[in-house]
Amino acid sequence: MKRALLDRLQAARAEKRPAAVVTNLKDGRQTLIVDGEGDDGLPLTADQRTAVAAAIQSDRSGVLKQDSDLFVHVHNPPLRLIVVGAVHISQALVPMARLAGYDVYLVDPRKAWANSDRFPAVNMVEGWPDEALHSLAPDHRSAVVVLTHDPKLDDPALGVALRSSAFYIGALGSRKTHAGRLARLRDSGLEEESFGRIHGPIGLAIGAKSPAEIAIAILAQMTQALHGAPPLVKADPLNPGAAAAE
Amino acid sequence: MVKQENMTGGGEDLLAEALRWRDEGHAVAVATVVSTWGSSPRPVGSQLIVDDGLRLQGSVSGGCIEGAVVHEAQAIMGGAPAKLLEFGVSDEQAWEVGLACGGTIQVFVEAVE
Repeated sequence: MKRALLDRLQAARAEKRPAAVVTNLKDGRQTLIVDGEGDDGLPLTADQRTAVAAAIQSDRSGVLKQDSDLFVHVHNPPLRLIVVGAVHISQALVPMARLAGYDVYLVDPRKAWANSDRFPAVNMVEGWPDEALHSLAPDHRSAVVVLTHDPKLDDPALGVALRSSAFYIGALGSRKTHAGRLARLRDSGLEEESFGRIHGPIGLAIGAKSPAEIAIAILAQMTQALHGAPPLVKADPLNPGAAAAE
Repeated sequence: MVKQENMTGGGEDLLAEALRWRDEGHAVAVATVVSTWGSSPRPVGSQLIVDDGLRLQGSVSGGCIEGAVVHEAQAIMGGAPAKLLEFGVSDEQAWEVGLACGGTIQVFVEAVE
């Protein structure tokens, strides 16, 4: 791997531009593809360029089906997590999500909550949750988590999230709170069919109690949604015949 | 708690670390998982970086083939050409290094020139 290529790759990643390194596994020649444009390190056919673009779009590294000597290493910008609510759970969730590789954005117009003492070095997004979410434009590589417990902040955020292609939407609150929330969203004119996209009550049912444990439950559920894993079914060690759905 | 500067950039950045080692004057090799069959502990695209002082970061398996990969990497960072390595249960070498997970993986090892 040539130093110059590595430097250009790091520059593209810093600018959060989708990129891929294509390597000929037989001779080690490489080309860096940024914004669909390659270099002359390894000439590609039109078909190969199309396959590389598809790999970038689907975020899947691997050898090309039609040409197993070519390995495509996709370097997409990080997944994004948008957290609405600068609450106690968020103080645990933000650093955990960073460790899992997410770019984290925090939305909360209440400065007593959203400040750098409570959240050092986070991307604070100004504005009311609906404006903030509009400006962030969640896509299929974004998760949106609403944690304020306050309908006037949570509901506008959910309205924007439900109209986006976010791969995960979660909302904090009990079953009763969540039912009330869905009734309000229905009254506001949102499509009821989309409500199944909201994970509420939020998080996998792991008996989480503390803010950090709840953050684990949320991040675990986001991971499950990201990879399309089936819901967990836990075998009872004392009664292996019966499986209890989580 | 993780240090602040590490947290701002998201997850670990192995390529940035490889460049830092290079800037310090070390020879550096990068190993990348390019394909897997069956069960394997690390997905395609996973990387391990190693320098001439045997500093290691990242991983290409759960620890079962790292030793063999590092051995090859030493020759490659010393000037040998980049190389595609394969480890699997049908491979005698894999038994030696103990690929316990039962799958097959291919790892491409190259130097940072």
